[in-house]
Amino acid sequence: MATWDLLRDVWFGLIGVLLAGYSVLDGFDLGVGALLPFLAKTEDEKRTLIGAIGPVWDGNEVWLLAGGGALFAAFPMAYATVFSGFYLALMLVLFSLILRAVSLEFRAHDPARKGLWETAFVGGSALPALLFGVALGNVVVGVPIDARSEFAGTFFTLLRPLPLAFGLLGLCAFLMHGAAYAALKSEGPLLARARKTERVLAIAFAAAFALSFVAVLFYLPAAVRSAPAWVFSLVVWLSLVLFAASSKQGKDGRAMVFSSVAFLGLWGMIGAIHYPNLVRATDPALSLTVANASSSALTLKVMLIIALVGMPVVIGYTIFAFRVFKGKVRPDSEGY
Amino acid sequence: MDAVFLARLQFGLIAGFHFLFPPTTLGLSLIVVIVETLYMRTKDEAYKQLSVYLVKILGTVFVMGVATGIALEFAFGNNWAAYSRTVGDIFGAPLAAEAVFSFFLESVFLGILVFGRNRVSPKTYRFSAFLVFFGAHLSGLWIIIANSWMQTPAGFRMEGGRAVLDNFWQAALNPSTVIRYVHTILGGWITGALVAMAVAAWLLLKGRAVEKAALLMKTSLAVFTAAAVLQLGSGHAHSIQVTRTQPEKMAAFEALWETRDGAPFTVFGIPDEKNERTLLAVRIPKMLSLLVYFDPKGRVLGLSEFRKEERPPVLLPFAGYHVMILLGLAFILMAAAGVWLQAKRKIVSNRAYLKLLLFAVPLPFLANETGWIAAEVGRQPWAVFKILRTSEAVSAVVPAGNILFSILVFAVIYALIGAAGLGVILRTIRGGPGEAAAEAKKGDV
Repeated sequence: MATWDLLRDVWFGLIGVLLAGYSVLDGFDLGVGALLPFLAKTEDEKRTLIGAIGPVWDGNEVWLLAGGGALFAAFPMAYATVFSGFYLALMLVLFSLILRAVSLEFRAHDPARKGLWETAFVGGSALPALLFGVALGNVVVGVPIDARSEFAGTFFTLLRPLPLAFGLLGLCAFLMHGAAYAALKSEGPLLARARKTERVLAIAFAAAFALSFVAVLFYLPAAVRSAPAWVFSLVVWLSLVLFAASSKQGKDGRAMVFSSVAFLGLWGMIGAIHYPNLVRATDPALSLTVANASSSALTLKVMLIIALVGMPVVIGYTIFAFRVFKGKVRPDSEGY
Repeated sequence: MDAVFLARLQFGLIAGFHFLFPPTTLGLSLIVVIVETLYMRTKDEAYKQLSVYLVKILGTVFVMGVATGIALEFAFGNNWAAYSRTVGDIFGAPLAAEAVFSFFLESVFLGILVFGRNRVSPKTYRFSAFLVFFGAHLSGLWIIIANSWMQTPAGFRMEGGRAVLDNFWQAALNPSTVIRYVHTILGGWITGALVAMAVAAWLLLKGRAVEKAALLMKTSLAVFTAAAVLQLGSGHAHSIQVTRTQPEKMAAFEALWETRDGAPFTVFGIPDEKNERTLLAVRIPKMLSLLVYFDPKGRVLGLSEFRKEERPPVLLPFAGYHVMILLGLAFILMAAAGVWLQAKRKIVSNRAYLKLLLFAVPLPFLANETGWIAAEVGRQPWAVFKILRTSEAVSAVVPAGNILFSILVFAVIYALIGAAGLGVILRTIRGGPGEAAAEAKKGDV
């Protein structure tokens, strides 16, 4: 049993790692997508931004599939309750991701409907960036769950203050991360605009974080006693300050690092206040936790072997690919 | 309309649409690897231009597969929550493994394939092509493992109404995994190869890039021929496995109502399920027994052996199975004609054959889909064979109206991206090899 408990905790952490990896990687291309009309004023600038994410967005998105698959495999009860319970919200995410995935390819090669595909790309990037936070906020603050572990609310249950604050926070974080990546890959007026946007978004991030912070203290008073949560929130504040400073000094690479660390701080903080829950229930006795929602010890062990063998290789060639495409992007670079 | 029916309709729609793309990716990625290898060996620029051309088509097909694939990973939790709870201990792992071992690989290296030709060495480029090919085929393996476990579950025990993993290897390599994998992969090779042959045929008919088109024709015809011939054997072996492990499914495939020693193969017929008979049946005596047991007197179980509530429907599996076999045989004939023309060096000028190839493009897609429909409808009424009924696998909390709404949105989105995707692929094809490279240099965004 002790091994089983350990495996469950390890998987709680690993799913956190996969989701954090997803936010750090796909976060910047969702952010770039949502910011496209604000950052890029000319077709050349649009081409630069799209060229910057073109070769990497697909690999980035796999982190979501890996996280979802790992949740299914390690905690099938939580996967089933959330995915069936948040049906319409997740359908919106799904429709967005589908349209977004094809829209870059189609924007380039379906000139008759270029405007339509660009809108799909921008909307399909912004909506998930907002909804991921709302969904996360709900499992953290707690949702009505019945004795059969089924979600007992409606679509509107999902739109409560804390989840909405988390949604806003997620959106700001994705946008800020996107602006940082845009700065890293661009030159000239686009670069200047991206850096300016970075600072505006850092302020928005700080405001949304403060709002979420208050909401957590109000709705989840027990969180006050979590020392790790305080440490992680400090990490978030610190990386925000360093992010803004790096942006001001024109150190775009460093800004990118700090906006990534801010994400890690957020995930650490959420993990600290959420553990051992996977889906908190309004009635705490019915919450889905690492103990009552997990797969068997054998499945968790097999999965751990898969992760330990597979993920280092993934990280290795992902770094290789980012190196291949490193550097500033020009509108005439090899692309769509 | 009830939620079970709608949930099945939705899964059929999104999985059926998705299944147009991955098989094409399997076949095209193989041809890209071959063309890149020929380029390495011969240093002939024609192969490089062909590779640039094919990679563009592959890129679009791949993106369509990615976009429509996300929906499937969500679908088990969305619509099949009871299924996810009951078998998640076994079924989730292959999906996660697919992402970790193969999906990352395909996606990252496809990025290099499509965008990185001028940023990596030719050797690294060819290796990237191989990794996309390898990742796509490994990806298929994990999905086939998951699907096969639903057909012939193994390596588990039932505990408190839930399937619990006992032995990973037995679950992964369950009785139908290997043969289903071979059969599905060959279906993909046939599909990708025929698409490539049709592209070559179109170029030849238009008299454009004739030499490159002839090289493409020769290469893809070789893949097509090998896959079509091997598919006859794999299909046969798959049928033998189904007869052994899911006899009621084979009975439905063949509309065999009663158990027979020396069962006939029904070439044509219209199953009448209500009266348990086959109208206008054309049968080859003893052929089914001969095929599945290599013994004309072998006993094949009929549907009457099984309780009515455990029998699969007959019409769709029967029709799907027979259309697939017919198409499989047609591919062999097409391959034979192609090889004969190639040997006589007439393939590039035989307009009738080239036109035939153009019209044949939908056929491998039809064969993949009908084979899949036969396999999955033939599994009914079970979601997991003899373990979990489809009617008990759905999400309890999702109202039928929500499913219907999402089906309608899916239908609109898929019609839109299907049409646009086809348009983009046709546009790429019209660009031609060589000319496409020039277009890329212009930075046509």
